[in-house]
Amino acid sequence: MFDFWPALPLFLAAILAAVLKGGLRAAVMLGAPLLGAFGLYQLEPGTTVTVALFDLTLTPVRVDKLSLLFGYLFHLAAFIGVLFALHVKDRLHDVAALAYAGSAVGAVFAGDLLTLFVYWELLALTSAVLVFVRRTERALASGMRYLVMQVGSGVLLLVGALIYASANGGDLAFEFIGLDAPGGWLIFLAFGIKSAFPLLHGWLVDAYPESTPTGTVFLSAFTTKVAIYALARGFPGTELLIYIGAVMTCFPIFYAVIENDLRRVLAYSLINQLGFMVVGIGIGTELALNGAVAHAFNDVIFKGLLMMSMGAVLHVTGEIRGSELGGLYKKMPKTAILCMVGAASISAFPLFSGFVSKSMVVVAAIDEGYSFVWMALLFASAGVFHHAGIKIPFFAFFAHDSRFVATAHEPPSNMLIAMTIAAVLCIGIGIFPGFLYSLLPYDTGYSPYDYTHVLTQLQLLAFSALAFAWLKLAGIYPPELKSVNLDSDWFYRRLVPDAVQALLAKLRPIDRELRRGGLALIDWGLRALASHHGRYSILAESRPTGSMVLWVAVLLGISLVAYYL
Amino acid sequence: MSLLAHLPVLVVIVPLMAAPLCVLVDRAQPVWLLALGAALLSFLCAIGLLLQVPEGGAISYHLGGWEPPWGIEYRIDRLAALMLLIVSAMATLVMLFARRSVEREIPAERVVLFYAAFLLAFAGLLGIVATGDAFNVFVFLEISSLASYALISMGRDRRALNAAFQYLIMGTIGATFILIGIGLLYMMTGTLNMQDLAARLPEMADTRTVRAGFAFLSVGISLKLALFPLHLWLPNAYAYAPSIVSAFLAATATKVALYIMLRFMLDIFGADFALKQMPFDTILLVLGILGILSASLVAIYQTNVKRMLAYSSIAQIGYMVLGIGLATTLGITASVLHLFNHALMKGTLFLALGALAYRLGSVNLRDFAGLGWRMPWTMGAIVVGGLSLIGVPPTVGFISKWYLVLAALERGWWPVALVILVGSLMALIYVWRLVEVAYLRAPAEGAVVPREAPLSMLVPIWLLAGANIYFGVATDLSVGSAREIAQLLMGGGG
Repeated sequence: MFDFWPALPLFLAAILAAVLKGGLRAAVMLGAPLLGAFGLYQLEPGTTVTVALFDLTLTPVRVDKLSLLFGYLFHLAAFIGVLFALHVKDRLHDVAALAYAGSAVGAVFAGDLLTLFVYWELLALTSAVLVFVRRTERALASGMRYLVMQVGSGVLLLVGALIYASANGGDLAFEFIGLDAPGGWLIFLAFGIKSAFPLLHGWLVDAYPESTPTGTVFLSAFTTKVAIYALARGFPGTELLIYIGAVMTCFPIFYAVIENDLRRVLAYSLINQLGFMVVGIGIGTELALNGAVAHAFNDVIFKGLLMMSMGAVLHVTGEIRGSELGGLYKKMPKTAILCMVGAASISAFPLFSGFVSKSMVVVAAIDEGYSFVWMALLFASAGVFHHAGIKIPFFAFFAHDSRFVATAHEPPSNMLIAMTIAAVLCIGIGIFPGFLYSLLPYDTGYSPYDYTHVLTQLQLLAFSALAFAWLKLAGIYPPELKSVNLDSDWFYRRLVPDAVQALLAKLRPIDRELRRGGLALIDWGLRALASHHGRYSILAESRPTGSMVLWVAVLLGISLVAYYL
Repeated sequence: MSLLAHLPVLVVIVPLMAAPLCVLVDRAQPVWLLALGAALLSFLCAIGLLLQVPEGGAISYHLGGWEPPWGIEYRIDRLAALMLLIVSAMATLVMLFARRSVEREIPAERVVLFYAAFLLAFAGLLGIVATGDAFNVFVFLEISSLASYALISMGRDRRALNAAFQYLIMGTIGATFILIGIGLLYMMTGTLNMQDLAARLPEMADTRTVRAGFAFLSVGISLKLALFPLHLWLPNAYAYAPSIVSAFLAATATKVALYIMLRFMLDIFGADFALKQMPFDTILLVLGILGILSASLVAIYQTNVKRMLAYSSIAQIGYMVLGIGLATTLGITASVLHLFNHALMKGTLFLALGALAYRLGSVNLRDFAGLGWRMPWTMGAIVVGGLSLIGVPPTVGFISKWYLVLAALERGWWPVALVILVGSLMALIYVWRLVEVAYLRAPAEGAVVPREAPLSMLVPIWLLAGANIYFGVATDLSVGSAREIAQLLMGGGG
């Protein structure tokens, strides 16, 4: 049954989660990702399911190594996420989360653009619900902005797909598209919005930190990775992506360094990591694509781990601003250690998962002769260590003792177990990368553990740490301030509304006059009509028979004249 | 000859004979059953005829075995068969509905006469459709009209008498005009058989007599049709007649008048003569548009719901003649379609109003407050009928308006299409007034709290409401027939 619909277990669980109660509900929610993953295990690469709808041939399921890898990844992420959120008593949250994961699975197995569009919009809706379940004013506003962007992306995809298909004689198959294809740019832009391309990334750092402690864990796993998958499928080797990706790796670092909300720091860091994947897809060699995909896999786990640790902090203290936190290692040692495993992974320490995937992209960049891009990636790697590897654990768990130290405690055990699973995976993949490599779409014989890679990376990390320590000691490091940092979302949250307001203020007097004139005209017209057509008016009253006969005579006269002429 | 071969005359004879039988039986309950049985029998005959009519041809029945053109011929083509079906189906449904409504609205001593008159009106309408003889049309027209005057005068409101009297005068003038027209044609051709007339008229089309005949016929039929501005008799006649009479006449009488127009103008005179040589199409177009706009607007201001629907009917007649005025096959198709569909929607609405009148004793808008919750099924049917009147898919109203707009655009006359849309918008307004009062307004203090209408009323109402939706989705019968009829009519002569 899984051949027909690999996302079935997750969607089924989403429905069951809405009606079941207690232990059975927990079992269903935890069991669905496992069942789904087992279903994937039985799928043969190369399987396709086609459905004829009107005169279209749709391919709701297409299995190959690329989609299988993402399929496994999403089931894993769903399992960890569900486990982490097991204590949450919010049906809407659980239903949305499972349906969200299901949509992501459906999207990566979609074999045609129309099916992809359907899941694309489902992702938008379900993930927006995950923002809304925070149930705060800010989350609601942020979620609405998020939804507009996401649905907009879907609309672009649909229009692009229609143009693409009509130019291809109605063939909707989702294979390599490329920018030169008709409608290719629209589809590229649609994927770009979800991959948080620079200037299109506002929704991500705007909405993700506004979700619940558990919701953000789900959010950071799926939407962007589906977009990365879609880019890898539709636009591998598009050179433009290399530069877009390079910018994506670098610019978030500055924001991340000055940002105070630690989950927002992680959101920026997410864009930075996406940048590595986008560069890999842009380079488009087997090694680079392997690197991009492997990094997506690892990113879901270690970014998830970091988000979970910050979620745990938020859950326990109700606070996530770096300036207010600190010293929590005394009460939350396990969380602190798990967080540092995640930090080491994202910073690509040797023996941690980030190292085995990120180095592939970096090596591919130098192999293909993109020296400047390579340098940008190195800079970004150092920056990652800086803001995600050091800043996150430092401000949350060390730095100065905060007022929360007295009351803090370890988070519930389901959270700890979920984090532990992720941490074990981080280290396991870091030490035994062969398992992950065997799942990758291409066989490149790449080995991360040679002198050059390890030494380069260690140097990089050592100097980055040195820089942090020195800046901190010299007091130059930007202190954690309670501030609002302007990002590209300023354009649509401030500039455009302000400009529209100003314009409206100018137009209002004119508008008022026009309205008054129009209303007067309508009023006069209605009066005139009513005087002819109203209840006791000429046209509506009961007429004496004579006047009826008069009309008959008139019409007969007219007819006779008309027919004789 | 088998019984089946006599269907063309049986369909008329059964109700015609049942009428005097009613007076002989002279007891309310059996008379109702008799009337219902006669209507049902006619309906079955009509179905049989519709199935028998050959593609593009007609069934010819020679009354008394006399060969036409000397004897009287009954001639059932596709258009006639469709009309017979509409009229007899409406009569059957109305009769199903009638028992309780008549008990309430007609004085006991007149009930028997009422049913007899109803059967006569019914038989007259069927006869007009079935016959292939021009003078016969006049005879049946008088039978049905005289019976209708009597029926309308039996309304409880005393104004019904005045309305019936006015209708009598206007109807008689109309019939006289038609008779004069037929007389002029007979003078020129020496024949009354429609086929024969159609064959002989073209060679003398340029004579003044024929043209005068055309003028008298067109005005006379327009008067019967209640074409704007000859509609003045209609609102009061419909508003003050007994409920089931309003329902039956609104759904059938004007439709049969439109049938006479199609038959005489397009079939006997020929589409070429009527629509190309004569400016008949222009007159219909202008009057249709004026009728749509003016009558819809008046309907918006009405507070008596029956009167409102009567004005709405005048507007709908505007749509039908507009279709003919477009003078294309598609236009005629739309016109015939709207004829069929309007019978369904107005039948639903007037029958539902009858049920309301049965429970409320009034059809004033003010008494509708809160009815949506007290009589949900009846009001539900009114909403369905109203949606159909507006032209919301998937109701029949949408289908005919769609074809009308298509026909207008085919001629490139987009202002006409605009008029149709504006008319729909105005229909939206007057239907919304009903819905708003019925669903959103609380009933007045101390108002009667009506119960849901009895099942014997709800069944025919919802059969019709269901038909509104069924034929809005399954358009094979209506659109298919309408297209075939239009091709036949526009194909010249026939």
